[in-house]
Amino acid sequence: MTEMKMQENNISENNFEQCIKCTVCTVYCPVVPVNPEYPGPKQAGPDGERLRLKKGIFFDQTLKYCLNCKRCEVACPSGVRIGDIIQAAKIRYGKSRPKLRDFMLASTDMMGGIATKVAPVVNATLKIKPVKQIMDGVLKIDHRRSFPEYSSQTFESWFRKNALRDQEKFDRHVAYFHGCYANYNYPQLGKDFVKVMNALGYGVRLLDGEKCCGVALVSNGMINQATRNARRNIKLMEGALSSCEAVLGTSSSCSFTIRDEYPHLLGVDNSSVRDRMELAVKFIYRLLESGKAKLEFRDDFKARIAYHVPCHMEKLGWGIFSARLVKMIPGVEFTMLDSNCCGIAGTYGFKKENYEVSQAIGKPLFDQIRAVDPDYVACDCETCKWQIEMSTGYKVMNPISILAAAIKGRD
Amino acid sequence: MSQHGKKNVNEFDVIIIGGGITGAGTARDCALRGLDVLLIERNDIATGATGRNHGLLHSGARYAVTDQESAQECIRENMILRKVARHCVEETDGLFITLPEDDLAYQEKFAQACRSAGIGAEIIDPKEAIRMEPSVNPSIIGAVKVPDGSVDPFRLTSANITDAKLHGAKIMVYSELTGFIKDGNTVKGVRVHSHITGEDLEFYAPVTVNAGGIWGHRIAEMAGVTINMFPAKGALLIFGHRVNNVVLNRCRKPANADILVPGDTVCVIGTTSSHIPFDEVDNMKVTPDEVDLLLTEGAKLAPSLATTRILRAYAGVRPLVSADDDPSGRNISRGIVLLDHETRDGIKGFISITGGKLMTYRLMAEWTADAVCRKLGVDRKCQTMDIPLPGSKNEDIEVISKKIWGSAGTIRKATAGRHGDLTSRIPAGNRYDTSLVCECEEVSVGEVRYAMEELDVHNLVDLRRRTRVGMGTCQGELCACRAAGLISQAGNCAREGKKDLKHFLNERWKGIYPVGWGDALRESEYSQWIYTGVCGLEN
Repeated sequence: MTEMKMQENNISENNFEQCIKCTVCTVYCPVVPVNPEYPGPKQAGPDGERLRLKKGIFFDQTLKYCLNCKRCEVACPSGVRIGDIIQAAKIRYGKSRPKLRDFMLASTDMMGGIATKVAPVVNATLKIKPVKQIMDGVLKIDHRRSFPEYSSQTFESWFRKNALRDQEKFDRHVAYFHGCYANYNYPQLGKDFVKVMNALGYGVRLLDGEKCCGVALVSNGMINQATRNARRNIKLMEGALSSCEAVLGTSSSCSFTIRDEYPHLLGVDNSSVRDRMELAVKFIYRLLESGKAKLEFRDDFKARIAYHVPCHMEKLGWGIFSARLVKMIPGVEFTMLDSNCCGIAGTYGFKKENYEVSQAIGKPLFDQIRAVDPDYVACDCETCKWQIEMSTGYKVMNPISILAAAIKGRD
Repeated sequence: MSQHGKKNVNEFDVIIIGGGITGAGTARDCALRGLDVLLIERNDIATGATGRNHGLLHSGARYAVTDQESAQECIRENMILRKVARHCVEETDGLFITLPEDDLAYQEKFAQACRSAGIGAEIIDPKEAIRMEPSVNPSIIGAVKVPDGSVDPFRLTSANITDAKLHGAKIMVYSELTGFIKDGNTVKGVRVHSHITGEDLEFYAPVTVNAGGIWGHRIAEMAGVTINMFPAKGALLIFGHRVNNVVLNRCRKPANADILVPGDTVCVIGTTSSHIPFDEVDNMKVTPDEVDLLLTEGAKLAPSLATTRILRAYAGVRPLVSADDDPSGRNISRGIVLLDHETRDGIKGFISITGGKLMTYRLMAEWTADAVCRKLGVDRKCQTMDIPLPGSKNEDIEVISKKIWGSAGTIRKATAGRHGDLTSRIPAGNRYDTSLVCECEEVSVGEVRYAMEELDVHNLVDLRRRTRVGMGTCQGELCACRAAGLISQAGNCAREGKKDLKHFLNERWKGIYPVGWGDALRESEYSQWIYTGVCGLEN
């Protein structure tokens, strides 16, 4: 220990001691105005941490109301990882073990794997009122919630049958982290991604046996499973990056989880891949902006599109890329929606106890969408999509799908 | 109850001068024995050395090699306080670590000395020590586990005062001794100036106890006796959060900055030891050299201290009674000094209790009350080793908070941690009372109201000592104005409130100044901006 290093900088876990109590995080928290039980990010985060360091009994069960939207972190002028402090506290001190419901909601890839095999039955069943009532009563999954439909064919199997052989014709490749949603619920997003990347001159490769990114596992306290998935995914990405230029995702939450939550919450080192794991919109924007590739747009494309930046996209700071891409499409009339949380926060809004809060959080966003009255909403997050579609009736499309629809070429 | 028949309102059995832990403990002990007690304190309770130390619940191990008697006193008192002052004590255990630069041979001598003093000292594998306390210097070559702990001196003093009052004692804070009423060589009473009402008052008692700590030197002079005291200043640093959960000490002869104590939400490294002149005891400053020394030595105990935010620096004065010319004061016994001035100096009705330390306050009080009783000719036994202090019934925070509220969040548990079973007296019936004043330490409006009504709080600094308002990382940034609002509302005086607020913020700044860099500086800049820019509070 040399004296030179003494107090040159202050280090604390997730920078909690950098907090100067300005409280701007609490002002930006979407939960605070609608749920008085929640103490807010400052108190739950850096303030509570000092007490928890004294003794674990000071852990407050109301931390479960945190959405993990990370808006507090975006707001913080001191670089305090408030959301991480709260998530880490839940992991370390939270006593309640995940319930069956949490397990089902969190195991997106396992449930998806089962459901796709019998998709028509599952989709139909999940819409039946008595089934919803039973799910509400027994599982505490709110009956007012509509479920995302499952696809009868996974994206992975579509890809193998229909796209795989064409991809090796390309000189350059990207790997695609499709995530559970594109695989089990909405393979069209994956197809759209392949179409756009091919149009840009890139072949697409899949990661052989990718696991759920783990975002829902983390928020439901299934940390061991999340950590196993994280290790596996990082290993697969390391392998893929030896021949691919980047690993791209189409879900903002998956990409955010892999880039930030792996090292911060799960302690999984992702430094070998982090710089080359990003959202497709960012990669594509760079390509187009630098003139290295071009997209040919249809002449007849016309749409009024309102773009909602998902919270995790705000945290990544990448909303601008989606916005610019959608805006550059000829024929698009673009509205940037105000920065608001939709309230779903992954599996949070599905839980009966959170339904009211979830809808109250989303209200300003829903109201604005109705006022703008677009043809559809653009958004990079699947759970935001479910929430907005269910709550407003407006259709929501991923920017990649919008690009795919706007460029020339067959689907 | 009176020992000598019906008395006037200004007559007592015993007058105690000094509201530190020794005076408070003595007042409680005497009151429990049925004496009519008056305690006067020129400031608030626990303002001197009582509130300016580590808050270490010594196992006695520190003194085992050099001073067996002190070591034995410590371990006995340690075990008693765990029982009777439960809500003030944290049973953390302690480690005496040997670093590569230290002599490992000392460890065996140390452990043996501990054992002969009755201290359960156990030499453990350094690896086990690192498991026990992950923040400890990983290069340790030896470790001894001892029953150290931490104790909150403010809470302890307040609990003693509360119990003294419950047993009829009259407590007068902000009441300064201006002179003794003497009849020849007999002290008959005291003249007191109240800083609250501005009145000059006289009180009478057959026995007066000087429990003035380092200020006892002057109090004795006023009574016409000389105590040769040795003001030894000790500086300490408070860190923003707990780095360690086990007390860390160096296993060597006591030296500078070799104890790191986790206390409440912070940890404290200390101390230095230097002789200071008497005219500095009321206004001590922590020097850059002291800060450097505390940091350099502290980082040897727990390396992360080098990068941990420091909240503030402070210093206290040990009331040592010197017998020789030791320039540092380190070798003066920390032992208790009880002086009966009748036998020593021919002054009747006057006793001084000094020396000792926070840890042995109860024993000091017991000896003093014994002496008072002898003088009064009263035969009453001390009970303070058995009767728990108010707030310290045998229950933990979770049990207490569950009993009162059913389910309890962090605020309630924090309150229960501070007030023990007295928590039930704190108003928490509505949203107003449960809303927060101090966010860092989670102090509610109800707790502030309780402190104002029942714990002799007259200003913001007093409130801080009772509740920890303003003791957290923001050092008053958010809580000071809220608390000032509550106090001036209760006193119905905004002008006083504003003065109080300024005083409080300046007092906070005094402790931040010696460590004013990094995040602590950023935060105080922000505080200044809030108070001068937003609230319009000028210097």
